[in-house]
Amino acid sequence: MAVSETDVRKIADLARLSLVDQDVAAVTAQLNSILSHMDVLTKVNTSSVDLPTDADVDGAALRGDSVAPHPMNTTAPVLAPQSRDGFILVPRLATHEEL
Amino acid sequence: MRNLLDAVNESLDRATDARYGPNGLNIVVATNRKASSACAEQVALQYGRGDNMSMPGVPIAVKDNIATLDMPTTCASRILAGYTSPYEATAITKLRASGAVVIAKTNMDEFAMGSSTETSAYGPTRNPIDPERTPGGSSGGSAAAVAAGITAIALGSETGGSVRQPAAFCGVVGIKPTYGRISRFGLVAFGSSLDQIGVCARTVREGAVATYAMSGRDPYDSTSADLPVPMSPPDVQAYRGKTLDGVTIGIPTEYFPPSLDPDVRARCDVAIEVLRGLGAKIVEVSLPHTSLAIPVYYIIAPAEASSNLARFDGVRYGPRAADTADLRAMYDATRSRGFGPEVQRRIMIGTYVLSHGYYDAYYKKAQSVRALITRDFSAVFATGVDALFTPTTPTPAFRLGAVTDPYEMYMSDIFTVTANLAGIPAISIPIGRVGGLPIGGQFLATHFDEPRMFHVAAALEAALGEEAHS
Repeated sequence: MAVSETDVRKIADLARLSLVDQDVAAVTAQLNSILSHMDVLTKVNTSSVDLPTDADVDGAALRGDSVAPHPMNTTAPVLAPQSRDGFILVPRLATHEEL
Repeated sequence: MRNLLDAVNESLDRATDARYGPNGLNIVVATNRKASSACAEQVALQYGRGDNMSMPGVPIAVKDNIATLDMPTTCASRILAGYTSPYEATAITKLRASGAVVIAKTNMDEFAMGSSTETSAYGPTRNPIDPERTPGGSSGGSAAAVAAGITAIALGSETGGSVRQPAAFCGVVGIKPTYGRISRFGLVAFGSSLDQIGVCARTVREGAVATYAMSGRDPYDSTSADLPVPMSPPDVQAYRGKTLDGVTIGIPTEYFPPSLDPDVRARCDVAIEVLRGLGAKIVEVSLPHTSLAIPVYYIIAPAEASSNLARFDGVRYGPRAADTADLRAMYDATRSRGFGPEVQRRIMIGTYVLSHGYYDAYYKKAQSVRALITRDFSAVFATGVDALFTPTTPTPAFRLGAVTDPYEMYMSDIFTVTANLAGIPAISIPIGRVGGLPIGGQFLATHFDEPRMFHVAAALEAALGEEAHS
């Protein structure tokens, strides 16, 4: 499977990355070069694999449902430059309406 | 007590020496002498009053993707420039409780994505054995720190061999514990189904002590295993003579392809004969899906990375792009300027293989083949094989700048990624040098069988003696 330049622009958009026009062709070629090595997997017979069965069905153990101090339960200055009343002050974003 | 403080100060002196900073080998990216000295004095006080510690006053260096309170944690990335974590990794907390003193953060490939430390925003680390060559990666700074004598122990992280490969290139011991053995709380996530904190060390025994000090269940990491931690490191003095009687060591044919560097093969052949001489039964085994490990890994790891790295958008961490028109433009500009080319490449691959229409063909297929790779190991260990022995890398350390094709760089992990995909423990130890360059030999064991892995590794280490470094 190969990606087109249109695909690459779409992938960059999904990945929240800016891609300048002059780089699109090179990035497309590079991704296709890498992805071509992945094609070998399509030839592998994986019919014996049932992923939910092969996975650890017990899943991860949950911790107790109890209140305990957490290392991040702090408003120390290291978390953010400014805080007030136990809340972190953040910059107003350009898209916010003026209140 | 004086010796304890002296050892920390000497280590700090070496870490801050210009040879090892940005103007020299570029091993160390941050130190905090005041905090490290204060920690050392506290340890000296506790040790002096009789507190039980397995690593009293042992200076350690820490890869820059493991959270520490007193030094920045930047993952060697512009997107985290100046970032200091508000909490520390559980592994660090446990090591400090064991008496260890963090004296430096070490250079690495950006977000642990690379095999040469060349993708670091701080610039590449140079190999202390030969400064014209790479120390490997992504934990190149940690392996180099041990090789250069800055510390006896340095923490790294493993997603596809990022401790073992640089350990092999730098002539030190590199340990990748079983997935779940050590808490990842405070390790910046890359590939969450693969990541483990690992150890670079001078000897197997020292590495085992550090590994066990960090091990155990952590309520802050649901993937950490609730299993007893073996506390006794291998007894080096016990490894004289036929100490591997009754031990079966498998040699997987797929790890010795015709393309294997002849010098690496020759050193492995010597090590195998030494193992035989120690009384081990050597058997040839097959892990038939080995050749598929790199394609599988480079689908799964980027897929998980594209998700994990979505949080770095200029809102919560690090620098934020200014002068953008709106929120979305700020995200895009921050990420494009903050992430380097290799990280962006992997985010793009990960985004693609997880996207609608391609998920089954790439990600699901890769997960299925990963199950086959895991079954290969299970089948071999079920036959009574105690450990596997392989080369750690296909070649010795290559020259800085010599590998420019991304996939060629990925192939340097071909013998290490399988342990991460299967979640099993593995260790690389020095087995000799060719043309002055270190060669690493790797042992792999079954899940949570670190004691047996350390046993065979320590036995070979003791039998090789100085030959391992000559």
